[in-house]
Amino acid sequence: MKVTTTRPLGALAAVAAVALVATACGGGDIKKAEASNSAASSSAAGKKCATINMAVNPWVSYEASAYVVGEVAKTKLGCQVNYKELKEDVSWQGFGTGEVDVVIEDWGHPDLEKKFMKDKGGDGSAIAGGPNGNKGIIHWYVPPWLATEHPDILDYQNLNKYADQFKTSESGGKGQFLGSDPSYVQFDEAIISNLKLNFKVVFSGGEAASLEAFKKAEANKEWLIGYFWEPQYLFADVPLKAVKLPPFTAGCQDDPAKVACDYPDTILQKVFSSKWAGQADDAGVALMKKFQWDNEDQNVVAKYIAVDKMKPEDAAKKWIDANPDKVNAWLS
Amino acid sequence: MTSHSQRSDGPRRQSDGNAPEASRDGQAGQAGARVRFVRRGRAEDAPPLRDDPAPRWQPALLILLLWFLVWMATKGSDTLALQGRDQTGIMHALNDFRDSMLRGRDTNPVMRLSGTIADGFRGLVAWLQRLISIPAAPRPVPEIGWLGVTVVATWIGYAVANWRIALLVLGTFVSYGAFGYWSDSMDLLIIVGISVLVCVLIGVPLGILAGTSRRANAVIEPVLDLLQTMPTFVYLLPIVLFFGIGSASAVVATVLYAAPPLIRIAAHGIRSVPPTMLEVGQSLGQTRAQQLRKIQIPMAKRTIIVGLNQTTMAALSMATIASFVDGPGLGKPVLAGLRINDVGTALIPGLLIVATAIMLDRATTAASERADVIARGGGLPARVHRGILLGGAVVTLGALYLSRLMFWAAQFTDHGWGRRLAEVTDHAVDSATAAMSPITSGIKDGISYAFLNPLQDFIAESPWWLAFAGIAALAFVLGGWRALAPAVVCLAGMRALGEWHNAMITLAMTLVATVMCMALAVVIGVAMARRGSVDLAIRPILDAGQTIPAFVYLVPVLALFGPSRFTGIVAALAYAAPVSIKLVADGVKGVSATTMEAARASGASRMQQIRLVQLPMARSALVLATNQGLLFVLAMAVIAGMVGAGALGYEVVLGSSRSEEWGKGAAAGMTIVLLGILLDRIARRAAGPAPEGTRWFPVLRRRGH
Repeated sequence: MKVTTTRPLGALAAVAAVALVATACGGGDIKKAEASNSAASSSAAGKKCATINMAVNPWVSYEASAYVVGEVAKTKLGCQVNYKELKEDVSWQGFGTGEVDVVIEDWGHPDLEKKFMKDKGGDGSAIAGGPNGNKGIIHWYVPPWLATEHPDILDYQNLNKYADQFKTSESGGKGQFLGSDPSYVQFDEAIISNLKLNFKVVFSGGEAASLEAFKKAEANKEWLIGYFWEPQYLFADVPLKAVKLPPFTAGCQDDPAKVACDYPDTILQKVFSSKWAGQADDAGVALMKKFQWDNEDQNVVAKYIAVDKMKPEDAAKKWIDANPDKVNAWLS
Repeated sequence: MTSHSQRSDGPRRQSDGNAPEASRDGQAGQAGARVRFVRRGRAEDAPPLRDDPAPRWQPALLILLLWFLVWMATKGSDTLALQGRDQTGIMHALNDFRDSMLRGRDTNPVMRLSGTIADGFRGLVAWLQRLISIPAAPRPVPEIGWLGVTVVATWIGYAVANWRIALLVLGTFVSYGAFGYWSDSMDLLIIVGISVLVCVLIGVPLGILAGTSRRANAVIEPVLDLLQTMPTFVYLLPIVLFFGIGSASAVVATVLYAAPPLIRIAAHGIRSVPPTMLEVGQSLGQTRAQQLRKIQIPMAKRTIIVGLNQTTMAALSMATIASFVDGPGLGKPVLAGLRINDVGTALIPGLLIVATAIMLDRATTAASERADVIARGGGLPARVHRGILLGGAVVTLGALYLSRLMFWAAQFTDHGWGRRLAEVTDHAVDSATAAMSPITSGIKDGISYAFLNPLQDFIAESPWWLAFAGIAALAFVLGGWRALAPAVVCLAGMRALGEWHNAMITLAMTLVATVMCMALAVVIGVAMARRGSVDLAIRPILDAGQTIPAFVYLVPVLALFGPSRFTGIVAALAYAAPVSIKLVADGVKGVSATTMEAARASGASRMQQIRLVQLPMARSALVLATNQGLLFVLAMAVIAGMVGAGALGYEVVLGSSRSEEWGKGAAAGMTIVLLGILLDRIARRAAGPAPEGTRWFPVLRRRGH
């Protein structure tokens, strides 16, 4: 037995040695690319670029922003960009351990800020990165057909009148209110109970499910009311109508249990890992700090991804190639 | 071979010679054991038939009636329903625990140890990724390109098994690249490989310990029970806390999920070494260590390899779940498909996971059988075999060399096949669901209004003390003291955790889903048992149903039924029904031919044959299938929570995605575990005089075939 196993092994080792030597001095197209790569990185216009760990939170418009700025960093600056698909909370935890450097679209998480931002009393692993140019709009929405047929439904005070119409097998005799991914910023249960509305929140589980529900409701003229938001590419096809709630006033959302007001328009923010953002002279950090674009731009890319089913990298590249001015503004 | 079948066959233990198979089919073997005596005409040896002197359903019905009467008067009070974001003291305490652990990330010794371990795993994974999956800068491609990896894998396939396996490996690896998922597939293999290695390093010694020491087993067994009853999402919460996000958590989660089968099966292998063999060793003056090394481990080797196979399969099925914490692998594109509601995008990586499972399963099985084949003089002559190996090695080295030098051999050119196939699939599924959704929403409403809502009203709207007393009383009349004690402990725990109302809702869903699961299992299982052609047609579908990640079919199911509890039930059925169907089919098949002959001769119609002969004789298989169905359905509770089923599953999802709800999620997760133990204990005791074989349930629960 011994002999049979060692003989081929010995031969193998000999061949391996020969092959390795051959590889070491051989040519081939990869070698050339490798050589030009290392030449490029050593001569890259003075500024270096460290690795960027980009959190990708689970909604398509976020994905659009993350990949556009990420691909710019990759192709124009030669940074190494790692995309990490994570929910919001886990992303923030990653700032401290170096697993996440950038959250590109934050909708406001007072609780996380308190835990991780120094000026809010946290451990200082996260630092605010300024607005990203997008405006987040959250409301309660109904499909357009419903708003046309029953215009008074767009005021919360009339909702109870229609509650029966919204009943489903899930809503326990009340009207069904469709919530979304539990990780999103949502106060609907509190709003419903504080405004004494005869509704029950049923969670769709995610962006795709909510979107599907609204599309179906419009197509089949079904009764549906739920949480939704802009920027969202759905609005181009199905312009959902918002239901008016008591207006937002400063502080009305401070106690999650007592919320009885509408959602504020949110200026979406960038959040960075303080350690990563603290690197002086890093081209990637400079780019992330400068990055800003508006809802329209974002919707274009989100649509490439979700409707045209492009890979996020390709979608980002398409937009980058079509918008050199905007991209150059981030790089200057 | 379970101990049960050994006992029932008395001293003339059958030399089936298929120990590994029996433990793989698990209960099928055990279910067959009861039937076997009939076939052999040795009824006098048979265990007493379980005709209870007093049918247990009568007191049970009485209890339900009492429960109902009290419910009429008290419903809606003391249900302990949590309003919105309410939290109880214990949830706050769990939150505080998490916060203190996080704050102590750099000082707390436990956190520092887990951090060090995490760094080790991360480094190892990153190194392997640069080797075969991601560009190893400054190289624009990995160190070894696709051609090299594929040929090496094929060569290994031939070396450890045979040419058929080599072809299977070749086909699988080429399809990774051809469909455009090369890098994700390599990541998956890396994570699975490391995890299985860790499982072996931890699992085999633990299994040997549990197999040789009764006391160690008493500690290990409940831990394994716990690990296997817990929905995987539940342990993602603490794992991320201790090991951070990314590959380290993926490995740890996979190990926790995949190691139990190996430990159990290894222990079983050690235990089933006949005592006479040990006595021989003893009389030769062997020490215990020598006995272990020279007799027990060699004799259990075959069984341990079966355990390894089970562990590998379990590790693969963690792939998608691990992606929730940014674990690399094929789970990522599956989740991406879910995010944009695209079945096609999710299906192809899902099928590649299935293909990987088939490849690894067949390869490990063939490898373990190879020694036998050669011993029986099968296979190629040794000289020819060696020649092919050597030739293959030279080709392999050539391929390695090319894949380091040339782009075509390093990077798969994407022809867009995967994309096109995904589009076609997505389109087909879209139009199918659009056409079917009026019918399916009718089904959903029907079952929800007729069964789910009334049952939920009854259980969840009962005051907590009433439901508590009712369930405990049912446990007692169905299973006696030995069911009552664990039931009371579990119920008390659920009460303390503060998720009582949600637990009752989940219970109602679980019961409805289990009934539906058993209905399917009986109808399809009997059909499969009675007709070989049906079996042949359906079994591959069942296999795929068990291996394909649940998230793949979540999208169409969601489109058909909308976000609802019923959607959760359907998702759970897709996961649970295959196992139950197989168990019933195997049980019914085990009814002896002579018995059936007699039934036919006495003029029984087909329905009578099924109702009066086949089903009663397959009783233990039915009981087992129900138990399995229950636990499988419960294991899907969290996934159900993602598609609008609410209750405990939703709370776990909420806890894993919102920092301030972490404690609530943890409490809900523990409640699911308690609910699982509660149902399992009652079902086990209720099934009769505690068939010992059911201790095997978890092995089966994870990998039904």
